[in-house]
Amino acid sequence: MNIVVLVKQVPDSGSERGLSADDKTVDRGSANNVINEMDEYAIEEALKIQEAHGGEVTVLTVGPQQAAESIRKALSMGPDKAMHVVDDALHGSCALATSKVLAAAIGRLSPDLVISGAESTDGRVQVIPHMIAERLGIAALTGARKLVVDGATLTVERQTDEGYEVVTAATPAVVSVWDTINEPRYPSFKGIMAAKKKPVETLSLADLGIAADEVGLSGASSAVVEAGKRPPRQGGTKVTDEGDGGVKLVEFLASEKFV
Amino acid sequence: MTPGVAMTSLDLLDLDSLHSDEERQIRDVVRRMVDERVRPFVAGWYEDGEAPVRELIKQFGSIGLLGMHLTGYGCAGASAVAYGLACLELEAADSGVRSMVSVQGSLAMYAIWRYGSEEQKRAWLPAMASGEAIGCFGLTEPDHGSDPASMATRARRDGDDWILSGGKMWITNAPVADVAVIWARDPEGIRGFVVPTDTPGFTAREIRHKMSLRASATGEIVLDDVRLPDSARLPEGRGLRAPLSCLTQARYGIVWGALGAARDCLSVALDYAVSREQFGRPIAGFQLTQAKLADMALELQKGYLLALHLGRRADAGSMTPEQVSVGKLNNVREAIAIARQCRTILGANGISGEYPILRHANNLESVLTYEGTSEIHQLVVGQKLTGLSAFS
Repeated sequence: MNIVVLVKQVPDSGSERGLSADDKTVDRGSANNVINEMDEYAIEEALKIQEAHGGEVTVLTVGPQQAAESIRKALSMGPDKAMHVVDDALHGSCALATSKVLAAAIGRLSPDLVISGAESTDGRVQVIPHMIAERLGIAALTGARKLVVDGATLTVERQTDEGYEVVTAATPAVVSVWDTINEPRYPSFKGIMAAKKKPVETLSLADLGIAADEVGLSGASSAVVEAGKRPPRQGGTKVTDEGDGGVKLVEFLASEKFV
Repeated sequence: MTPGVAMTSLDLLDLDSLHSDEERQIRDVVRRMVDERVRPFVAGWYEDGEAPVRELIKQFGSIGLLGMHLTGYGCAGASAVAYGLACLELEAADSGVRSMVSVQGSLAMYAIWRYGSEEQKRAWLPAMASGEAIGCFGLTEPDHGSDPASMATRARRDGDDWILSGGKMWITNAPVADVAVIWARDPEGIRGFVVPTDTPGFTAREIRHKMSLRASATGEIVLDDVRLPDSARLPEGRGLRAPLSCLTQARYGIVWGALGAARDCLSVALDYAVSREQFGRPIAGFQLTQAKLADMALELQKGYLLALHLGRRADAGSMTPEQVSVGKLNNVREAIAIARQCRTILGANGISGEYPILRHANNLESVLTYEGTSEIHQLVVGQKLTGLSAFS
């Protein structure tokens, strides 16, 4: 089973992040850039399936030149090769445009399975896997906490607020995973040393037959109009118990829509 | 993981830039594993005097940490510098945890890799690299520490077999080991043997009441007429040079490792000094505290340059035992001085198990004397300078 794993480089969610002042895109210069955390679970799931069923695992990244560093780190966990779509015109692309680029790249790889993290820690849009599946005309099994591969049948436990749903589909399909699905392995030293020698194919938009004006800030279907800092934390509300503390607590929780 | 403010600001000279991406990646993986699997628990292990050695060794084996600088037989084949960085990150958590890895990789595995038969290598190295098998190294004896040439453990022939009798002391990993590399004397000199610890006559007793390296298993080995086939003998391991060459490997790891303990102390002391207020302001603002911090940061960076220099020489195949003595003598001496100085910055909190500082300082007391005492390393350097041996 050949698998493509979508890997995105994002600013470290543990450090101060922001949008650049001029075009309100993610400021990649000011933060430590890392693999999107949820994507490590996607890589782990792909590797586990490969260990059980064979085939090849390819990392696919759309991102600037510096994302090559995250691709090497992803490869050090064990995937066989990578594809990196890099093009200046991609800067500021919306989710729709990004899904178009990813779908075109996936089309060249024709995998049996595409696995991604359920969301990225920068955009947190969660729609890219659905959009890719729609563009490729294949099933989308999203938000998985468990994935079972049986021949050409995929069974997923789809995590919801209340519990989970069991959904199935035939390959090829797109599966997105939450961090409940597995425990990502540490890259091994052999993996780190081998990653340097693994093939990384670099493609431009022209290679994928996509015009520059279909993507980027100018081709975006949505625009960030304004961004502001989160307001500073307010002082808490003190509830004094005068025999009616319980009632006051419930009233507070109800006013905040917790109950 | 994002390094804390203190850890980043300690690299005054941007020595990080001297490393390759590969070295930094290996270092980051070890740091992450240590942060997730060791740091949250190590104070408890130290307090209890008991560490989950077998479980830890398996985790370290899973990333290729054990015997990582050796090639073939399941070993990662990483550089000496990468191995040094790994030792530093391990010892930043605890010297006992680094000792566990040093003994496995640099002493037990290295001895078999360098002096063993093909059969011995195939039998033990892959299992030791993965952490399935734990090794220890028996050279030191109760009455023979700095002077191993006078060892009392004997090997004698009995038909085609060998019989080992005697005892070894202060042997890291011995209570949990599956295999021991044992050095013994026969009429022709010193020989090494690969001894499965379930061989009749072999016993290892855990040494208790240690005030140092409490998160490490240390044992006394008794060899009561242990009968071994000739295939257990390390065919290339003859003379004292063989075990001493293993010690050079382990000492090299200590040159880096000690810096880890020192870095952890300084990092904690720096954070503490910035946030601790006395007389209405952070104690880091007082000149005496800044002088301490500056002097310690200098020694840490100088020690790092020394370690890196040795590492690059090791990778080029030109590192000599005297140079390793320079490194161990300097870096352990400075590390323990840093630990003690940091303890003064923390005041009473400096002695608390809530902070790692006195644990590091106490651990470094062992590191100061094991694998060659500071005094022996002074004598090695002295002999190199003068051409006169003070101990023969």
